[in-house]
Amino acid sequence: MKNEMTLAFDSISENEAFARVAVAAFVTQLNPTLEEVADIRTAVSEAVTNAIIHGYPSEVHTIVVRARLQEDLVEIQVNDEGVGIPDVKRAMEPLYTTRPDLERSGLGFMFMEAFMDEIRVESAPGLGTTIHMKKRVGRGEQHQEGS
Amino acid sequence: MGILEKRGGRLIVHLPRELDHHYTEEVRRRVDAALRTEAIWELEFDFSGTAFMDSAGIGLLLGRARMMRALEGRMFVSHMNEQIRRILALSGIEQHIRLEKEEYDEK
Ligand SMILES: Nc1ncnc2c1ncn2[C@@H]1O[C@H](COP(=O)(O)OP(=O)(O)OP(=O)(O)O)[C@@H](O)[C@H]1O
Ligand SMILES: [Mg+2]
Repeated sequence: MKNEMTLAFDSISENEAFARVAVAAFVTQLNPTLEEVADIRTAVSEAVTNAIIHGYPSEVHTIVVRARLQEDLVEIQVNDEGVGIPDVKRAMEPLYTTRPDLERSGLGFMFMEAFMDEIRVESAPGLGTTIHMKKRVGRGEQHQEGS
Repeated sequence: MGILEKRGGRLIVHLPRELDHHYTEEVRRRVDAALRTEAIWELEFDFSGTAFMDSAGIGLLLGRARMMRALEGRMFVSHMNEQIRRILALSGIEQHIRLEKEEYDEK
């Protein structure tokens, strides 16, 4: 099975819940485990929150979330056309944050990495950021049957 | 939103259903106002009604733990579900601050 969806919404904090719930609902078509859905929800929440807080720090603009399902693979992209990240490697280090003043603690990328199989960050200062994430889901049951 | 409950010197914070960037803001504002104006030596974050937390919740807890340490008080978290336990464990929050992860038992 193959299925795709795209969401475009304003970068306001009310939409953090909307985005993670919508993606989680879309993914249920692949019969993921509860834990896998929780993982995806958290990763989407982190990426979307980053776009809102860091990508568009002072203005409301559009965030685009795409999800694609193919076989047991979930691919998710979260895009903003905001300020971008000057040093992606550094930004992804655990506990690195540019906004300690907002009580951010630099864990967002670490959670995305922990909960998804793959994450790739595409970013350029002044142009924006796209987070690409992948995760295989719904294989827990098959695994149990086989063992 | 009746999220704060005061019992003697203990403040219990009944957290909202989802503890993300959006929902932490009001919790932070209300807890900080209480810590500024009332005598509190024990702060409990009760996750009974909370289904979801992300890094914003960790930031909230770390910030309040720092404040409680300055007040020479204690801080607890209680009744976390599996998703929230995993987030807490991954964050390493127990190592960086003295966060006592205990269920509060009524005596
Ligand atoms: N979409 C984005 N646009 C611009 N900068 C970003 C974006 N996403 C992340 N960053 C930068 O990367 C840093 C690390 O992000 P990460 O999510 O790991 O931590 P944080 O958001 O600062 O804190 P936390 O997620 O724990 O609340 C951020 O502080 C910010 O500087
Ligand atoms: Mg973040």
